[in-house]
Amino acid sequence: MYFLSEVTKTYKGKRGIVKAADGINLEIKSGEMISIQGPTGGGKSTLLQLLGALDKPTSGSVMFGDEPMQEMSDRELADLRAQKIGFVFQSFNLIPTLTALENVEMALVPLGLSKDERNKRALAALESVALSDRATHLPSELSGGQQQRVAIARALVKEPSVLLADEPTGNLDEATRDDIVGLLVKLWKDKGLTLIIVTHDSHIAKKAQRHLTIKDGKVTEKKAA
Amino acid sequence: MFFRYLGRELTKRKRQSALVASGLAIAIALVVVVSSVSGGIKSAQTQALSGLYGIGTDISVSKTSVPGQGSQRFAIGGNDGRTSGVTRTFSRSQLRSDPFTGTLTQAQVDSVSKIAGVKSTVATLKLNSVTFNGTLPTFGQGVPGQPGGQIGGGSNHFRPTGGTDGAGGSSFSVTSFTVEGVSVASAKIGPMAAIAVKSGRVFTASDKGTYVAEVDSGYATTNSITAGKTLTIGGKTFKVVGIIASTSTAASTPSNVYVPIDVAQNLSSNTGVYSNVYVAANSSANLQTIKVAIQKAVPTATVKTSAELASTVGGSLATASSLVNDMGGWLSAIVLLAAFGTSILFTTSGVNRRIREFGTLKAIGWRSRRVVGQVVGESLVNGLIGGVVGVALGFGGVWAVNNWAPTLSATVAQVSNGFGGRPGGFGGHPGGFGHAASTAKTGVSLALHSSVDPGIILLAIAFAVLGGLLAGAFGGLRAARLSPSVALRSVE
Repeated sequence: MYFLSEVTKTYKGKRGIVKAADGINLEIKSGEMISIQGPTGGGKSTLLQLLGALDKPTSGSVMFGDEPMQEMSDRELADLRAQKIGFVFQSFNLIPTLTALENVEMALVPLGLSKDERNKRALAALESVALSDRATHLPSELSGGQQQRVAIARALVKEPSVLLADEPTGNLDEATRDDIVGLLVKLWKDKGLTLIIVTHDSHIAKKAQRHLTIKDGKVTEKKAA
Repeated sequence: MFFRYLGRELTKRKRQSALVASGLAIAIALVVVVSSVSGGIKSAQTQALSGLYGIGTDISVSKTSVPGQGSQRFAIGGNDGRTSGVTRTFSRSQLRSDPFTGTLTQAQVDSVSKIAGVKSTVATLKLNSVTFNGTLPTFGQGVPGQPGGQIGGGSNHFRPTGGTDGAGGSSFSVTSFTVEGVSVASAKIGPMAAIAVKSGRVFTASDKGTYVAEVDSGYATTNSITAGKTLTIGGKTFKVVGIIASTSTAASTPSNVYVPIDVAQNLSSNTGVYSNVYVAANSSANLQTIKVAIQKAVPTATVKTSAELASTVGGSLATASSLVNDMGGWLSAIVLLAAFGTSILFTTSGVNRRIREFGTLKAIGWRSRRVVGQVVGESLVNGLIGGVVGVALGFGGVWAVNNWAPTLSATVAQVSNGFGGRPGGFGGHPGGFGHAASTAKTGVSLALHSSVDPGIILLAIAFAVLGGLLAGAFGGLRAARLSPSVALRSVE
């Protein structure tokens, strides 16, 4: 699925150049569930953005299948994200003016589907996260857990091969956290996804097959127990 | 999805949408009002001028007389008048050309007609009918062989007798009115193009060479002239066939009386010449070129385009015109620019507030072009709303101006046929009445009436769309440059 070779990513910070990824070598196989942990500012989000085609490495290569992502144009990266990569964010990132159903539909817009097809698939996605009865609700009318379910439905509605989750339970209480983690694990198993979760929460990390830790831009892997 | 998303954004972010739209609306309303009032003023100017130069006149050609040549004497011979004892009674009517207006020959008129771009021409001859009525002493003791007493400066060599007081006194009156020789054929330009018949009829081809006249309704009312009555012009009796008025409610017709051109030329001894030529051009874009060509063909002529004629309009109408054209134009431009600036600012700031939203859209696979399209679409709709509201406000503003209906005075400078006399005594030197040199101003009052032209509505909508597009372009550019990773990182 992914093959990262000597990947570095640097930013210009206030105190000079910051190396958010420092010579990362990593292989991720299709269907794996991986957790990424590490201290704040260690490079977790940068790694996730590189894997999610949101950013290109400063040097090194990120292969998605046979495709070198560092050589892709912005348009090709957008198409890759539209078709194969799903995102779940800590703060849900739902569009506040659109209903739950419309938020899910937004992920299908780049695919050029008909209105009926979009509607049908979005409803099915909401059904899969047990939220079809809230389809016409605005995000402000939903609880945190429900909003994250809508975000998960939005990520999965296009049937991606990879689901990237950045602190998906960071804004949720413990009960809701377990609920969302349970849902993600179930979908991972049911749909055969590659699931990569960035988390501070060891409880979630334990559910993953592989545990990566990133600190000062360097990745180390701890074998699962 | 585009329209649903767009609609939701505009309705859910009402305050921002309202701010952007209202800024544009005020600017558009101002453009509509200023343009309409400006149109109303131009129409008033045209109205003020049409009475003098006729409808459809693009260029006016006339000729100023050479100083000295315009002097005409009103000579009275020794045997003129009717003698009763030591008193003679005179009544003399003359038709004479304006002393301050030169004449154009038929060849010069023809050369103007043949200039490329000239659609049609109408030539007229402006004259004065002067009637002298008076009682003078007979001067029986005059120098032998010399004409009798003549009016004019001079010294008295004899003790006068006779006249109104028996001691050489005199009593006389001089009346004058303007007469214009016009073509009897119907004209689309010139003074006869802008007339309405109040009673009687207009000239027909059969009137050529006959003593018939059309009389301006204002002059006719003052002098109790009606259609069918007769009028003495240049010592000849003319039948009044029609009473006419200017189609402009603001002004009377340029002359008091109109007669067939050939009759006017013969009676005033101006055979084959004209005083004014009214020119209609094929295209208003060619006026300057035609003007230059006319000046070349008739170097001594005074050539004025319609714009130059308009500049001769003075009074509060001219003040209002310059106020609207200068200050109104600048005000509109400034408000429009401010509205554009505000729209751009609000749209860009809206994009900045929605960084996470646009970053998310890019993260889920939206191409930059689609995100930019969304921003531009929202901005464009805002602009259109502002345009529609602005046009509605503009209509309200124009309605208010029309309701207020300010009355504007217009003065139009024109060389008049003033008539005056130098103080004269009686004696051996021939004397005469001279024309007073004066440039008169014709004053009219006009109620300003503005109307919203469909073209102005289209222009206003175009401005609104432009404002929306500009704001959208700036906002869209910001959105397009947005890196999804930076956008997402900025909120995490």
